[in-house]
Amino acid sequence: MQILLNGEHFTTEASSLDELCEALGFAGAKVATAVNGCFVAATARAKMCLAEADEVEVVAPRQGG
Amino acid sequence: MLKLYGTEISSRMLLGTAGYASPDILRQAVEASGAEIVTVSLRRESARAKTGQGFWALIEELGRRVLPNTAGCRTAKEAIATAQMAREVFGTNWIKLEVIANDDTLQPEVFGLVEAAATLSADGFDVLPYTTEDLSVAERLVGAGCEVLMPWGSPIGSARGLANKSGLQTLRAYFPDTPLIVDAGLGAPSHAAEAMEMGYDAVLLNTAIAKADDPVKMAKGFARAIEAGRLAYEAGIIEPRDMASPSTPVAGTPFFKIDTAS
Repeated sequence: MQILLNGEHFTTEASSLDELCEALGFAGAKVATAVNGCFVAATARAKMCLAEADEVEVVAPRQGG
Repeated sequence: MLKLYGTEISSRMLLGTAGYASPDILRQAVEASGAEIVTVSLRRESARAKTGQGFWALIEELGRRVLPNTAGCRTAKEAIATAQMAREVFGTNWIKLEVIANDDTLQPEVFGLVEAAATLSADGFDVLPYTTEDLSVAERLVGAGCEVLMPWGSPIGSARGLANKSGLQTLRAYFPDTPLIVDAGLGAPSHAAEAMEMGYDAVLLNTAIAKADDPVKMAKGFARAIEAGRLAYEAGIIEPRDMASPSTPVAGTPFFKIDTAS
C-alpha cells in the first residue's frame, strides 16, 4: 500500500506500524512515531494497523534551540 | 538557587544545541557555559542516514538535563504530538513548548500555544512556554498550568537583545514568584546581563553562542554576564538620577569659598 512516510510517498507491505519500523531498520532505535498527526507509543505500534494514505512520522533526537 | 518545577538548577543559562560547527565545538561550548539544561528537538529520521542515533549518543555524553522543544510546530495538535513523542524518546516530562505563527518572525502563535499548554499540563507535562511579553497571554498560560514563562527578548536568532524592556518589566512585576526566563533573540552577553539585572531568573540562548566566531569563548562570556547580572540584581542597583550627585565628599574641598554675592 501507498502511505506518506516522513512527508514522502512510500510503498510498504507492512500491515502494522511496528512491522513498518522493523522493515525500515528502526527496531530498537531511538525513535518516536505518529500516525495521522497523533502520537503512537512504542508499546502500541504492534497494534497500530496501517491503512492506505496513512501519514506516518518517524522522528529521532536532533539539535535544537 | 533557580528552581524549575521543583527541581534545583545550578546554572541560570539554558543552552541550545543547534548550529555548532562540529559536535566537538558543541561539547566544548556546553562545558564552558556551565549550563545544566540543554535544549534539543525531534526531527524526521531517515532510514538510510539514521543521523538521530549519533546525536542521541552525543546528548548522553554531555550528561546535562535535556529540555526537548516543539520547534517548527504550527498548531496545537502538532505541538502536542511532538511533545508526546519527545517525552517517550527523551524520558522527561519537561517540554519547551513552541507553536509558531510565521516563518519570518518565528513569533509564538499565542492561541495555539495556550491551547497546547492546557492539554499538555493536564497530561502531566511540565511546560516551559516560549511566549511573547504579552501580559494577557502570560496570564492564560499560567491559568493553563504553566509554572514557568519564557518570553522572547526579540525574534529567534536575530541578536537584537531585549526589544521591549518595559513589557518584560511588566511581566516581572505581575509574576513575582514565577520563574521567568528570557528566551530568544539575545546576541551579546550584555543582553543577558540586562535581563538578569531586571530580575529575570535565567536566559535561554543558542544562536548567540553557536554562531559566534569563537563559540567556546562566547559561552564563557555569557556565563560571566549572567552571573554578573544576577549579582547586580541581588546587590541592589542604584536608581538613575536626573542630575549629578558628587561621590567625593564636598566638605573640606580645597580653595572653596562661600559665594557671598548671590
